[in-house]
Amino acid sequence: MDNNLKKINIYAVYLGAFLLILPLIAFFINAFSFRWFYPQLIPKELSLQAWVRLKLIPREGYRSLDGFLDLWLSNPTIIKALVNSVTIGLIVTVVSIIIALPAARVLGLINFRFKKIIIFIMVSPTILPPIAFVLGLNINFISWGFSGSFWGVCLVHLVPIMPYVVLTMTGIFANYNPDFEHQARTLGANKFRTFYLITLPAIAPGMVVAALFAFLVSWSQYLLTFLIGAGKIMTLPLLVFSTASSGNPALTAAISIVFIFPAIVILFFTSKFVSGDSSATSGFGKI
Amino acid sequence: MSDLKISNLYKSFSGMDRPAVNNISLDIKSGGLIAFLGPSGCGKTTILKMITGLFQPDSGDISLDNTSLLPIATEKRGVVMVFQNYLLFPYMNVNENVGFALKMKGVEKDQIDKKVKEMLELVKLPEIGDRKPKQLSGGQQQRVALARALISKPKLLLLDEPLSNLDAHLRDEMRELIVTIQQKLNVTTVFVTHDQEEAVLLADKIALIFDGELQSFASPKEYYESPVNVRAARFFGGVNFLKSRINNNKIETEIGPINYIQKNKNDLISNHLMTIRPENIEISKSNSFKDNYFSGTVTSIIFSGTNTRYKIKVKDTLLDCSVQSVGLKEISKNDEVFVHLPAEKIWGMND
Repeated sequence: MDNNLKKINIYAVYLGAFLLILPLIAFFINAFSFRWFYPQLIPKELSLQAWVRLKLIPREGYRSLDGFLDLWLSNPTIIKALVNSVTIGLIVTVVSIIIALPAARVLGLINFRFKKIIIFIMVSPTILPPIAFVLGLNINFISWGFSGSFWGVCLVHLVPIMPYVVLTMTGIFANYNPDFEHQARTLGANKFRTFYLITLPAIAPGMVVAALFAFLVSWSQYLLTFLIGAGKIMTLPLLVFSTASSGNPALTAAISIVFIFPAIVILFFTSKFVSGDSSATSGFGKI
Repeated sequence: MSDLKISNLYKSFSGMDRPAVNNISLDIKSGGLIAFLGPSGCGKTTILKMITGLFQPDSGDISLDNTSLLPIATEKRGVVMVFQNYLLFPYMNVNENVGFALKMKGVEKDQIDKKVKEMLELVKLPEIGDRKPKQLSGGQQQRVALARALISKPKLLLLDEPLSNLDAHLRDEMRELIVTIQQKLNVTTVFVTHDQEEAVLLADKIALIFDGELQSFASPKEYYESPVNVRAARFFGGVNFLKSRINNNKIETEIGPINYIQKNKNDLISNHLMTIRPENIEISKSNSFKDNYFSGTVTSIIFSGTNTRYKIKVKDTLLDCSVQSVGLKEISKNDEVFVHLPAEKIWGMND
């Protein structure tokens, strides 16, 4: 009886996972098909045509290493958008963690007056719709000369990212014992080595999770990039939207796969940190 | 040589109604094993943290070998602290933990390995170098922490509640190990404890601290024989206190006049208190005593193994006395007995 129940549970999980993956499968078929219309169950003809139009794969007859390099080095829009998305994502991830580290330490370790209010103000960007603040922000950015610039986009991405990073890292420090650092100091380690040898290994797992959040939030940012970038900074989400509105399902599917792919790769390599007990592996644990 | 001198140390924290450490001065001789004793929250760990440099004092000075420690960075003070919960670095194995201080000094790898081996043998744990701290028992962790602290030959070793996290049977073993190693390496050691028994068993001298103030700095024996005040006496298990008055050079207590011969006789103010430890009171059914004897009634008898404790009511005062159970004379409840307070065992205090 119990065993059967267990089996049913496992099948239910498989079914759920399948339902989640189903649209992705349709995506994949779509991206590699040519004119797949209702009521065909499967496409009549497979093709890389969508990828050629996206300028990710060269035309037939040019698909050698040189052909790929030539195509990508000619800097088509999709490569530009990919490079922009990745660099902006990496920059804001590093910057957000550097900014969040001291804040999270204070919030996680010390109790002080108005702490709850400060945390509330800090997470408010996740509650407010971006449109509510970005229009006003844009006026300031224009007067500061940030509008339409790469750094302006980086800066505005920090707004929705910081709450995730600070909250995740506060969680690490809530489970952290600063006495370890002092122990290392009395054993002769200077401040720098204490941070490197004691603090960093303790907070690293949580920091990976925070970085993951930061990168993915930046990666999927549409509205803020669109408004502050003033159309001059092309990132993947912007390209996805403009392609989707063109009405070609194969093209939309192909670019969506490009958009999803890095997220899946990152999740694959960091999944061990995002498991349920990640908060227990961060910090030193309450031994 | 490493003489530790603490002078007029003062530290307060916001939100506390009294200073955490209030004007404490202490002179600790090189090679000593000293206890800071007091109830929790009395400021003893704060003093340790000021010696290591985690806290800066508001005023006063701490000096080691006549050099002030205050301007020196923690890692250069030559002072190592072992925390109450040992704090072995979880990402390193035992060898790496013990060798940490030498690695920070830039000692060569094979030298470190050799020293680590020596230290682990000193704490009687030669075989566990490759294990992670989580795989060790509490007692083993404590020893590794001790080895890690001593490997760089610190001028001063600080131990925060070294025995409080251990089981009773491990405590005796650890206590002996600490004393043996301390004497062998001759390192000046200060430890903090709230347990007077632990302090008495381990320390050469005890600094008793209440509410951030130093009560006295004396040998364990003195705390039993001549406590500085009632609070100190109570902390060391004193229970018998008699209100006394000096009347024409004679001492009159609430149970009658007594003969007092201690050396601090001239320091006593008129209204003071007399104390005597329970084990120093003699009792007998027939009166064979010459002085300081009173008659009373036995109100309770508690057998506690080696000793038997009697509560005896003399006039309106209850006296606790503790007598060796072996060879005990027949005394039962409600018996009339004579109690004798030997003049050389009574001690007077002003507050």
